Amino acid sequence: MPVVLFAAFVGLVLGLSFYFASQAKSAAGYYAAGGTIHWFVNGIAFAGDYLSAASFLGICGMIATCGYDGFLYSIGHLAGWIVALFVVAEPMKRLGKYTFTDALDAKFNSKGIQLAAAISTIIVSLFYLIPQMVGAGVLITPLLGFPHYVGVILVGIVVITIVASAGMTSTTYVQFLKGGLLIIFSTMLVVSTLGRGFSTTPDQGGKVPFYKYASLEASEADGRITPADSAWQFSGMREEAGQSLVKLLKDGKASWWHKQTGAETGKVILHETQSVVVKADGSRLINGSPASAENHLRQVGNLEIIKGKSGAEASTGAVGPAEFLADIGHRDTRVKTWKAIKFSEDDNQVTVYVAGLVPGNRILRPGLKFKVEGTWLQKLDFVSLMLALFLGTASLPHILIRYYTVPSPAAARKSTIVAIAAIGAFYVLTLYMGLGAMTNGTVNLLDDNMSAPLLARSFGTFLFSAISAIAFATVLGTVSGLIVAASGAVAHDLMDRYLGLNLSENRKVRAGKISAVVIGIVSIILGILFEGTNVSFLVGWAFSVAASANLPSIIMLLFWKRTTASGIIASIIAGVVSAMSMILLSPSMFRIYGLDPASAPFPIDNPGIFSIPISFAALVIVSLMTQPGQEKMPETAAA
Amino acid sequence: MFHKPAEQGGKDPAAAFKTTLGVWMFIGYAIVYAGFIGINLISPLAMETEIFMGLNLAVTYGFGLIVSALILAVIYNQLCNNKEAELAASSEGKAE
Repeated sequence: MPVVLFAAFVGLVLGLSFYFASQAKSAAGYYAAGGTIHWFVNGIAFAGDYLSAASFLGICGMIATCGYDGFLYSIGHLAGWIVALFVVAEPMKRLGKYTFTDALDAKFNSKGIQLAAAISTIIVSLFYLIPQMVGAGVLITPLLGFPHYVGVILVGIVVITIVASAGMTSTTYVQFLKGGLLIIFSTMLVVSTLGRGFSTTPDQGGKVPFYKYASLEASEADGRITPADSAWQFSGMREEAGQSLVKLLKDGKASWWHKQTGAETGKVILHETQSVVVKADGSRLINGSPASAENHLRQVGNLEIIKGKSGAEASTGAVGPAEFLADIGHRDTRVKTWKAIKFSEDDNQVTVYVAGLVPGNRILRPGLKFKVEGTWLQKLDFVSLMLALFLGTASLPHILIRYYTVPSPAAARKSTIVAIAAIGAFYVLTLYMGLGAMTNGTVNLLDDNMSAPLLARSFGTFLFSAISAIAFATVLGTVSGLIVAASGAVAHDLMDRYLGLNLSENRKVRAGKISAVVIGIVSIILGILFEGTNVSFLVGWAFSVAASANLPSIIMLLFWKRTTASGIIASIIAGVVSAMSMILLSPSMFRIYGLDPASAPFPIDNPGIFSIPISFAALVIVSLMTQPGQEKMPETAAA
Repeated sequence: MFHKPAEQGGKDPAAAFKTTLGVWMFIGYAIVYAGFIGINLISPLAMETEIFMGLNLAVTYGFGLIVSALILAVIYNQLCNNKEAELAASSEGKAE
């Protein structure tokens, strides 16, 4: 069933592409769908573009592991549309033709702006492409059983085929179809989750027996642990990431246990964990036994206590939308969450997954991932992320180019409102899907991105197949839109305008398609390199770069009469360079490099709070320094 | 020649009104959004306060930001439509 539905979806998408290919012979058709798309279709297509792998896979995954902190992305992403609607939508439509660069350059006809804006578009698109491709690999593995890299390559090939065949027209209709289906099936998933209610022993509707993790009583003396059950032999103990981990042997098999000592009783209790050991020869042990199709990490996530009750009496039966959130967020509810602890032992790389109980009231407010109660740097990181999400939406190239697919500024406005309604509805659903995964034992410890599809699988093959196929189409559609935006920057902004090659219509379209192939290949490589990283987190970076590189130019062009071409160029360069530098030197990137995150020169993960003001400052300073009459704007663009 | 000057889509007499309205509505929403961030920074425990139907402030405020975005968008669109219709009617009146 999953494979059949998947194949049907991909076939439908490709069929649409080839059909619209016959109608998109001109450059206007390729890059902007001829400016003929109805505002309602464009609005849902906006939702399709925007509700990418990051929203469906990443946000739900982050909520499933970090609770409300994942929902912050939903709030920020949606709030960003206010900037798009109130400030950017209509002026961008009035100024532009095919690309973001056209709009920025409408008043100046500057080679420098053409070059800087085109490069910015390519970089932002690539940053946004990484999480989409990672999401593609994540989906393919459980769906078709292929490794991550095969999924990434498969999506890359399909998307390149789509984009190289018909451009923006097919992309728009694919997004319309996908956006609509995503909201419909997500609603079905949430209704099913509410209908199931809560239990402290979730068994996925009887499909997967609930696994009860063991606890052992033990005593401790002279640095040695002695389990009360003599079948277990002590093998070693170590302190990692503030946790005591004990290695025990039973029947020659090693396993890791999490040691906790009662504060008052002094009693030592060992709690069963899950573990992955990667040996020097590359072979893997899962929970002490060789990895195989049958032996893999168990999916996790459940409530241990529901409003003070445990066991069978805690089961709620069907719950309403408010009751669902109230039950999880209750002070006397305890959610079992898991934390990965990594270390080396001899030549082996060991990851131990340790369970802990978090009160419900901590799950449903910020703080588990973004330490709002932490140091001022941690608080700054939180503010920086929220700022980038708020300002980033209106700066994303693949969103900006969609304003050129409708016939008028009023249609651009109306399509944005449809987008806000559709996207807002979906983001409310993300909280339910993420928390549903968190409490139904459907979180994959190795990759939280699959939480929502795995939640769907707990309700049966059909919902899983449909949701996975739609998620796959989500990736296809978003990647298509991004590649159209990036290829437009290369072929239209760089080759035709900046280099002045004066390409004919046909050659212009061909150049765009060749660019799409190259950008597609680059995105495939990046998608493979970033395997396992939460896709929402990666999108947060794309928003930071977009907000830093593009938004100051757009805002100042529209609202500050003294803006000059040199100021815009300086702003774009300063925004791109500062945001990228800070990301490359951030703690999260150091973790990816395999270095100690604490040694990262830039101490926070989200650069927006510094890079956006830097970009604004560069524009203002350079504009004030370059005020010859010919560069000064004759009037505000919006007027 | 492929590239032509950017399409201006004709003069929009309501543009100034819409720009001013958009900026003010943006500022209003930004203040509410900043309030959400501010509460999280200054008093994160306040986010646990139960507001209604068992929902805490974090959930209520978060949903509120999403719903209010849509409400503001609809109001903005209606005001823009009204202004566009009013200016179109007055320009037709002058033409006659």
